[in-house]
Amino acid sequence: MQSIIGMVLMTLLAVVMIGIIRLRNLFAVVIFGGIYSLLMVGLLLVLDAVDVAMTEAAVGGGLSTVLMLSVLYSTKEEEIRLVRMRAFPLFFMVVTGVLIFATWDLLPLAIADLPSHTHVSAYYLDNSLKDTGVPNVVTSVLASYRGYDTLGEVTVIFAAGIAVLVLLQGSRIAKKKVSRSDSISGSDSVSGLE
Amino acid sequence: MKFDIIARVSVKMFLPFILLFGLYIQFHGDYGPGGGFQAGVIIASAIIIYALVFGLFPVHQIVPLRYLRLMMSAGVLIYLSTGILTMILGGNYLEYSVLAHDQIHGQEWGIFFVETGVLITVTGTMTGIFYAFVGRGR
Amino acid sequence: MYFPDWFIVHYSYMITIFLMVSSLYIIVMRSNMIKKLVGLNLFQTTIYLLYLSPSKITGGTVPIIMYDKPGAIYSNPLPQVLILTAIVVGVATLSVGLALVVRINEEFGTIEEDELFDGNV
Repeated sequence: MQSIIGMVLMTLLAVVMIGIIRLRNLFAVVIFGGIYSLLMVGLLLVLDAVDVAMTEAAVGGGLSTVLMLSVLYSTKEEEIRLVRMRAFPLFFMVVTGVLIFATWDLLPLAIADLPSHTHVSAYYLDNSLKDTGVPNVVTSVLASYRGYDTLGEVTVIFAAGIAVLVLLQGSRIAKKKVSRSDSISGSDSVSGLE
Repeated sequence: MKFDIIARVSVKMFLPFILLFGLYIQFHGDYGPGGGFQAGVIIASAIIIYALVFGLFPVHQIVPLRYLRLMMSAGVLIYLSTGILTMILGGNYLEYSVLAHDQIHGQEWGIFFVETGVLITVTGTMTGIFYAFVGRGR
Repeated sequence: MYFPDWFIVHYSYMITIFLMVSSLYIIVMRSNMIKKLVGLNLFQTTIYLLYLSPSKITGGTVPIIMYDKPGAIYSNPLPQVLILTAIVVGVATLSVGLALVVRINEEFGTIEEDELFDGNV
């Protein structure tokens, strides 16, 4: 039953992706991106990843859609139609074929005694309650077993926030300074000519 | 959307519940799905929906940008200082077991501090990014 | 492995590959920068699928330990932690990219890469 729901959601994801490729109106593209994220949330729930699903619902469906819409408000909404080399789509088709052929050698799904499920993950599942007293294994791995990862991640978010603030709010001051120095140098040159 | 009565009233009604849900996600993260990241984004989205309906000016009065800058750096500092605190108490960096009298309690305190730091940084950063984009639009 | 299982496994992988290559197609073939960023974002979501579909185990449940049922099967929590990190870092990088797009639009008046390269702006 779960796998049927998953297959239906995956088909819908592919349909939405084709829509995103074909659409030219950026507003519609962003809204389709939100739909894609919500379908992805359903798929992640089917795959038992509840924490990831909640993050994707809050971030992918909510926040990044709002950010993209607020950028569209200050830029253009239509995309120009351009012609590129005809060989590119053929290239992508070949890449798709090769990669799908390569998936024959990937891990089989849904089998419990694979090496990827039996070493460190099994240790976390067995010892999380004993070591940390936290039943949610994802939280205990995120905050306790792999605290360094999360420290780096928080630093990355902090750096990204600083970068956005510098790009969008520091520039206005810089521009004013540049224009002022330009006008000063311009007046100097004028006075020099005189 | 400033004069849309339905949006204004419903946002005013739902805002405390959205904030409460964010805090629930934060503090129930040990026992159910959730944690600092999700709670941070949810609280940021509560501020964002208030800004979308009522405009940027009232939101700037409630949460000014300088508070957000402080929050962005304070969260990372809380995280870092948790690690330094465990080193002072005699453990390794980010080894929470030394924070209390036994291991389980120490781990719970450590995870609490760390998630609080994550919450504060994520809320500040996401709201700050939104302010930066929307304050520029024309 | 009998046929339905085989089909489900390969259907999942095929759709993942299709989504991955289509988002790569968006990044390469479109010159609009916002659409390129949408493509990057979609590429990232396909990576979530590639990580998380092997972490689901048949008969397994969400990795939250149940006190009253010892010996229950849980899905693999490690890929979920990694992907949780990836999502939040992804939105941070996306916002930096959008800020660059806004600045480019203010300086040059266009967000189309081809117009920027032609230099007629």
